[in-house]
Amino acid sequence: MKKNIFQISPSFYDVMPAEYRELVENGPFEKKVGVSDLGAFKELSEEHPLCAGCGLALSLRLILASLPNPEDTIIVGSTGCSAIAFPQVAVQNIHSLFGNQNAIASGVKRALTLRFPDKIKDVVVIAGDGATVDIGLDMVMQSWFRQERITTIMLDNEAYANTGGQESGMSQEGAVLHMAPKGKTFPKVSLPELARASGCVYVAAVNPAKPKKLEKAIVRGVLAARELGPTYIQVFTPCPTNYKFKPNETIEKIKMRVKEGTYETTEFISAEAQELFARLEEGKK
Amino acid sequence: MLSTEYRVLRGPEGYLPPAAASMGVVLPEKGSALVEGCIVPKEDAMELIADKLLSAKNPFFFPGPLVLWAWKDGVVEKAKAIKEMAEAAEAKIIPMPDYRPKYPMINPAIEINPNHPNLTIWHNKIDVCVFIGVHCHYANMALKIIRGGTECYTIALCGEAGHEDAMISLRDVRVEDLKRMTQIIMEKKGVGK
Ligand SMILES: Cc1ncc(C[n+]2csc(CCOP(=O)(O)OP(=O)(O)O)c2C)c(N)n1
Ligand code: SF4
Ligand SMILES: [Mg+2]
Repeated sequence: MKKNIFQISPSFYDVMPAEYRELVENGPFEKKVGVSDLGAFKELSEEHPLCAGCGLALSLRLILASLPNPEDTIIVGSTGCSAIAFPQVAVQNIHSLFGNQNAIASGVKRALTLRFPDKIKDVVVIAGDGATVDIGLDMVMQSWFRQERITTIMLDNEAYANTGGQESGMSQEGAVLHMAPKGKTFPKVSLPELARASGCVYVAAVNPAKPKKLEKAIVRGVLAARELGPTYIQVFTPCPTNYKFKPNETIEKIKMRVKEGTYETTEFISAEAQELFARLEEGKK
Repeated sequence: MLSTEYRVLRGPEGYLPPAAASMGVVLPEKGSALVEGCIVPKEDAMELIADKLLSAKNPFFFPGPLVLWAWKDGVVEKAKAIKEMAEAAEAKIIPMPDYRPKYPMINPAIEINPNHPNLTIWHNKIDVCVFIGVHCHYANMALKIIRGGTECYTIALCGEAGHEDAMISLRDVRVEDLKRMTQIIMEKKGVGK
């Protein structure tokens, strides 16, 4: 896709809302911008209605800024808090029925590959932990087994946040939520390990307290999915509303959990992905 | 004149009006147009469009993505012709740049969204509107919502097969048709004969 597809018809330039004009003039399309350039370009998300201090909102902002080719990216989302932010996102995105996101993404990727054989189209799933590890786990793992060339990003707030706080497979053992008053009785699922065992060529667990690391994981995840096979990135996105902490404590919570060893940041790079990244790094020099 | 029982008339028709197609309204053949559910010659519909626009208190054009964005050859010229027609009719323009059902809200003073077009119509007190360059399925949905909840008179200048859910709809609208309508409007205003 060439950037000129984003040009506004001159006759209507004056009536276009400012956000669109800014996207055309100063958006990240076909530019090499990233997380460290935030503030210097028009971002891909507008005002959204997520709660103050929402770890998921912050992470989504960073993820969007990290996409290597936003103009050629299609995001597949699922029901949950992030779905409420997506209508304000200036990247093609599809809202899928809760849990179906990886099946939809597989179809979208295959269709785009057939339709545009000479173009690169990145298909990226962005969904909650409930959608990914519980209700959609079948679709998620089957897409990995089939080696679909898609990136799966989980926004892990350790709860079904949008429905008022039920425990998910990603909640910690003992977690007490509005609708899990007795505390969760089994441990947090280790999806990164399952991803690796299921054929993902690149796996990372990151968080928005380390934005540059998050960015690197997203770029690697998208590029490896483009060339090799499925990739999985898990982003820790604490939810102040359901876990009842102050909105300004989100980053502190993340740091604390990492420090106490209850939320590991990890990275697995398969041999073929290692080779790919080395090649790409070499090409940059 | 082909007629059906059901008429596509100025609303408010009430919550969830039926799709006009489901009530027996059919699309016009090439060279014809639709007026309130009935098939008429294209030229008659063009005259009527000019009358509706000129007698309106507050007419607006709602250009959609197909003409707002210069995405293929010919669009820039079409956009220019639309602007000229709106200017001749002394209508204002509010764009529909995309179809996202924007939360938490849109700004109805400067944009229209197909998922709640009534907000823009109410906010600006629009009594006649013209859809152009909106993909057909979104146009039909928005036209139905407008008919259901507002008193606005709807006109669809469609580049394809036309819209049953608009009160007046042309089909296969090209730059020449827009220029022709601008000319009709100017003539009716007594200018540039
Ligand atoms: C098929 C289906 N089942 C259940 C729901 C109800 N539902 C809506 S949001 C949600 C929870 C989402 O949890 P998660 O994926 O973790 O996203 P979060 O809101 O925490 O970001 C559920 C169960 C639904 N919308 N559709
Ligand atoms: S409920 Fe939690 S995850 Fe959802 S928007 Fe609010 S803070 Fe974010
Ligand atoms: Mg969740």
